[in-house]
Order: sequence, then C-alpha cells, then structure tokens
Amino acid sequence: MFIIGERINGMFKDVAKAIKEKDKAVIHTLALKQVSCKASALDVNVGPASANPKEAMEWLVKTIQEVTDITLAIDTTKQDVMETGLSLCKAKPIINSANANEEKIKNLFSLAKKYNASVIGLTMDKVGIPKDSEGRMELAMKLVAACVEYGIDTSELYLDAVILPVNVAQPHAKEVLKTIRDSKMLADPAPKTVLGLSNVSQGSPSQSKSLINRTFLAMAISSGLDAAIMDVTDRELMDSMITAELLMEKQLYCDSYLEAYRKK
Amino acid sequence: MERLIEKWQDKISEVVIGAKKPITIGGETGIYFIDGEDKCPNPPRVAMEVWDMEPEAWPEVLKTNFGNALKDPVEWAKLCADKFSADLICLRLASTHPDTKNASSQEAGKTLEKILKAVSVPLIVIGSSAPEKDNEVMAHCANAAKGENCLFGIATQDNYKTLTAACLSSGHSIISEAPIDINIAKQLNILICDMQFSADKIVIHHATGALGYGLEYTYSIMERTRLAGLSGDRMLSMPMINFVGQEAWRTKEAKTGQKDTGILWEVATATAYLNSGADILVMNHPKAVEQINKAIKALKG
Repeated sequence: MFIIGERINGMFKDVAKAIKEKDKAVIHTLALKQVSCKASALDVNVGPASANPKEAMEWLVKTIQEVTDITLAIDTTKQDVMETGLSLCKAKPIINSANANEEKIKNLFSLAKKYNASVIGLTMDKVGIPKDSEGRMELAMKLVAACVEYGIDTSELYLDAVILPVNVAQPHAKEVLKTIRDSKMLADPAPKTVLGLSNVSQGSPSQSKSLINRTFLAMAISSGLDAAIMDVTDRELMDSMITAELLMEKQLYCDSYLEAYRKK
Repeated sequence: MERLIEKWQDKISEVVIGAKKPITIGGETGIYFIDGEDKCPNPPRVAMEVWDMEPEAWPEVLKTNFGNALKDPVEWAKLCADKFSADLICLRLASTHPDTKNASSQEAGKTLEKILKAVSVPLIVIGSSAPEKDNEVMAHCANAAKGENCLFGIATQDNYKTLTAACLSSGHSIISEAPIDINIAKQLNILICDMQFSADKIVIHHATGALGYGLEYTYSIMERTRLAGLSGDRMLSMPMINFVGQEAWRTKEAKTGQKDTGILWEVATATAYLNSGADILVMNHPKAVEQINKAIKALKG
C-alpha cells in the first residue's frame, strides 16, 4: 500500500507555528518520524493561515529535503504555490490535487506533464461532491479522459472518491467503497485509488477517531484501495492496514507479519 | 509481437562465502534463464559433499568415484576441489552423531581446520542432524573457522539460536531451513534477523520432506519464494541452497537401478532446482556435477 503521511500540514498548530517561526527542527522531526513509520510519501500543505504561501511552500519542501529525498505530495489549491512546490521536488512528485472541474484539469494536468508528476484527482467539480457512486464515476471518467488528453499514463492517476465525515454524511461511505471497486474498470492500465482517510472521522469524538479511521481503511483495502493519505504515526491504524493487506494476500503470511512489514 | 519482460521491484541479496577464494551467490534481479529478464550477475554454483567418515549407506556406484579418499576427508576434499572442479566443499560432520562414532567437537574442529588449510574453495559446514549434539559441535567449529567466512547449517525454527549466535560471533553465513513451508521459512528468517543477524548472510533451504512430499513440492515453494523475494518481500529475498545428492541417492531407484540411474536422478533433480531459482546445489556424483555444470553454462547462453 502506498501511504502518504498527512502530518506536515499547516492545519496542525505545531506545523503552522514552525512555518511562522522558520523552525526547521519541528519539520525535520515530523518528516523523519513519518519515514520511520513506513510512509511511502509525505503530504506538504502550508495551511490556510499562511501569509505568503508560495514562500512557505518553498521553505517547507527545502526543509523536508534536507533530511529525506522521499516522494512529496504537494497539497495546495493555488496554482502558483503548486508549481513552486513541484519545481523543487527531488523525487517524482504528486499533485494533491486536481478535480473534475475543467479549469482545474487544464491547469493541473499541464503541470503534471511538465513536472512528470502523478496526480490525485478528486471526484468532485464546481457543483460539489456527488451523493452516490454513479455521480462519482462520471467525474472519475472525466479525469481518466484528461489523462489521455494530456498524455499522462492512467496508472499515474490516483482517483480520490472523497470520503465525507461519517457524523454528517453517513450514506457516503458505502458509495465511496463502490467507487473504489468500480474505478478499476475505467482504463487499462487501471487508475489507482486513494483516500484522504482522516476525513471520515472529522468531527467525531476524539476517542472514536482512530477506530473509525482504521475500520474504514480495512474496508477500503478489501475494495481494492491502492493508497491513503493518513496518520502514519498511528500504530493501530498501521497494524490494521498491514493486517488487511495480509488478508488480501498482498503479503505472504508468517507469525511475525507485522514485524516483517516494518522490516521492509 | 512485442515481448513482455517482467520488471521486478527488488533483487535477491548477495551472499559472499569463503575467504581465500571467495565466491558470491545471489544478486538475481529476475528469474533465472529467462532471456531478457535474467540479469543474474552470479551463476548458480555446485558444491560437492565430503563426509568426515566413510558414508556406509552410499551405494557402490557412488563410492567408487572417490576410492580411498572416502576414509580421509582432507584427501576427499582435495579430490573434489582439484579433480572434480567443485565450486565449494560441503563438509558433513556425520561422525559426531551419537549413533555413529559420537566424535567430539574438538575432533570435528580439527578436521575442519585441516580441510580449510588443504583447499582454497569456500566451505559449507553442516552437522549430523542430531540437534543437541549439533549445537555443541557447530558452536565449536564456527569458532575454529573464525574469519574463514563459511556457510554454516542448519538452523530450524526449533533450533536456531545457538547456531545463529555462533555464526554471528565468528562472521559466518547461515542456512535457514523450513520443512517445505514458505510461511515458516519467512518466520525463521525474521527470528534470525531479530538476533541482529544480517539478512544478507542468510541462505534459504527448503527441505524436501519424507513420506511422499518430493521434488515437485520443493520446486513450487522455491518458485514462490523467489517471486516473493523479487516482489519486495525482504524476508524471502535470499539465495537458496539444495542438498541434491542427499535427496537423489537415498531413493530406492538410485541405489538399486541400472548403472546410470542414480546419476540421471541427481542430474534431473538438480536441473529442476536450477530452474526454480537454486543458487547452490550440493551434489555427490562427479559425473552428475559435470553434467549440471554443462547445463548451467548452456542455460546461461
């Protein structure tokens, strides 16, 4: 499973403070911690409160790359901030994210081509997030078509069926799972699937959050999920992920399978 | 039509054996002998078995190749290395078994030291399959061969700690054995690595069990192991060894068949293992060794 560590995000107070005070140590620690917890990539988001997001993105990417050359997922809605981030990445980067809105497709798929980046494509557009899987699939198809149009391999597209918090949008979870299953049939090679996992437990009591996250992750893995943006430092969540993958025969069983995964 | 060449994400670890003339095994980045996919930097190697006592159960057709050398392990080793061009010598310390001569660790250690002096090819050292005695003998022998970078065996899930510790402190590599069970093979490698032993010094042996399980089971487990290793399973991405001679010459057909039956049996077994990813073949009959070396050369192209 491809795991994108979610922790370097200006929405978290410690990261916002580190960006403001240019405190490299905080970012270094967060980056290395996530790498040691087996993140495959790190999400990089300057947060909503940043006064100069472009400068903040540049500082964050450079600071992270002082300690690791891991893949980075540049996470921003602003085109110029995205380009700044992508231009600095040492490893093949990930765009987080495009959606099925035509203008977004044009802007971000051009960047993906220019910087040889993978793209996370959200199944939403100007109207919003469809309520069922059929609506999501329609937008997923647009994103797959965009790959063909811009000459990007469909296996470089990570379709994100956009999970909403279960406390306010309970019917969405099963629609997202169906979308994950169905989207494999959209192209050959099949697009990959990703989830912004923590969103599912947003607003739920803190003692339930981790449980909701790991339960949904296991369900999504059984539906064929390829990647997740999640809290890689949550050990129980990682254990659930490893176990779900084991049961899906992605890893060969042995008694110490959790340890075996972490030795990889 | 375009040929599809599989690209694997990982490679098999390389294990170096020996000190005087070290050889490297493993390092495969694809399946052996598939044109275009196989970029195996180190070809499979053939080891010949040498016992520290005359193997009474061996049939005459096998014994006759070694003559009086069967009574002297040093001569026997020299014969295999010099005349029969063995890449490695596999010393089996059969005399230490309580049911044979019950030779002491010290005696076994002396034999090992003499052979190390007499030949320059790398050594594989295995015990007598008496677990308790083996622990004592192998710990002593590992220390006696310190710095010689041998391959010691055989660690099993029930009995791996003493041998692992001995190899760790004397700098040898280790054979980890599971009874035709890929899950146990993986688990044992984890257990050995948990003792701070390097995964790059482990060679896997999938034992061929008794009572009806045979070559075809081992063959398919070896294939699965190699595919898992190449697919990124670090606890299975090790080179593999097979004790071909031991398996072939204990069959009724090899022992009692026509003159060449045993040789053919050994060659057929070894060829199958070669194609399922074997890195070291431990063999007995010089003619079988000659044939299999030809096969390796021909398959490599």
